[in-house]
Amino acid sequence: MSEYSLTAELVNKTYGRRLIFSGINFKLNFSTIFGISGPNGSGKSTLVKIIANLISPSSGKLVHNLDGTEIKSEQLHNHIGLVSPYLVLYDEFTAYENLNYFSEIRGIPFNKRKIDNLLNKFLLFNRKDDLVKTYSSGMKQRLKFIFGLMHSPQLLILDEPTSNLDDEGKEVVYELVKEEGTKNIVVIASNEKTDLSLCNEIIDLNNYK
Amino acid sequence: MKSFALFKKDISSELRTRYAINALAMFIIVTLSIILFSIGNERISQSLTGGLFWVIIFFTSMSGLSRVFVSEEERGTSLTLQLIATPSTVFSGKLLFNLILVFAMNTVIAILYSALFEAFILRNFALFLVSFILGNIGLAFASTIIAAIISKAGAKGTLYPVLSFPILLPLILTSLQLTLFAMDGTSFETAKFELMIVVCYDVIILTVSYMLFDFIWKE
Repeated sequence: MSEYSLTAELVNKTYGRRLIFSGINFKLNFSTIFGISGPNGSGKSTLVKIIANLISPSSGKLVHNLDGTEIKSEQLHNHIGLVSPYLVLYDEFTAYENLNYFSEIRGIPFNKRKIDNLLNKFLLFNRKDDLVKTYSSGMKQRLKFIFGLMHSPQLLILDEPTSNLDDEGKEVVYELVKEEGTKNIVVIASNEKTDLSLCNEIIDLNNYK
Repeated sequence: MKSFALFKKDISSELRTRYAINALAMFIIVTLSIILFSIGNERISQSLTGGLFWVIIFFTSMSGLSRVFVSEEERGTSLTLQLIATPSTVFSGKLLFNLILVFAMNTVIAILYSALFEAFILRNFALFLVSFILGNIGLAFASTIIAAIISKAGAKGTLYPVLSFPILLPLILTSLQLTLFAMDGTSFETAKFELMIVVCYDVIILTVSYMLFDFIWKE
């Protein structure tokens, strides 16, 4: 098993003159479920984007290590899986086509068995050949989970993971988080008490202003 | 290979959504019709014919080539792309798509233009072909990086022609000169200086684009 770790050192983020958060420090090792909580507008999604290497912090840094070696910024995307409300998949393609293109663009082989397993797990197998634009918001959310997991990332980041999901979908997600949390790092940004109850460690962004 | 996969995704997406193709096709037809109606039975000079040819190419590019990044930004899928590919993969894939689009679009314009305008006679076709290829490459390179820049801005529609004009002006003017040379039957030897300008333009734009794209792509 590869040992992934994530270290945040004095991470600050400002938009113009507005301070979002400052002085965030943490070190996460594999087999950790880490929670980020805070009210609306506290910067949960901003911190998620910083962790996912989508935006840069205003100061401070995040270091992603794999087996003691720092992962280069241009390689990070292959180690990270992100599920979030602002992630959009291609409506004009079917679920299968979306996943196939994502594999090709990532440069990894399309693992049909794994994808079919995930489609089954998230109850989308029978709709895999339907265009994504015909999906409900809950189905799109489940497809995002498959997108986030298909390349077996060592860091799984879940922003509002249970939004739009029914009880059955939530149960699948909770099981998945527990399973992933035994071998990888899972980061959950949420306000839902049930989502955060799965975490070993939680930071409240209200304390970082 | 990854860039080619992105290119394949874009082609497939374009064939289903017709985001750029319809806009380009309509623009070509409408522009050619307006010019034909406004000219009527008048005979136009050779230099004006060459000028109009590049005017059509410039404005058609304005109407369709920005879609390559703007469509991703408007649909919110640019974040998805950031999660699955490096900036250089994204830029190469989009560049390949724009290259194909530019060549397809300008070949149609060139065929229709030579069929509809009697004064558009090429005495040195080989020179025209070389300048056409080099001009199209430059157009695709420049429009791709400009599209990436404006896709992050608010007023995308207005910003594209405004930003394109100064960047594309040296290319359009030199390509126009080369087209006029081709219409006059000028030799390659005489047109060497203009050809070198277009080659240099293509190399500079491509290098600058790859250097800039990382900063543009990541917020």
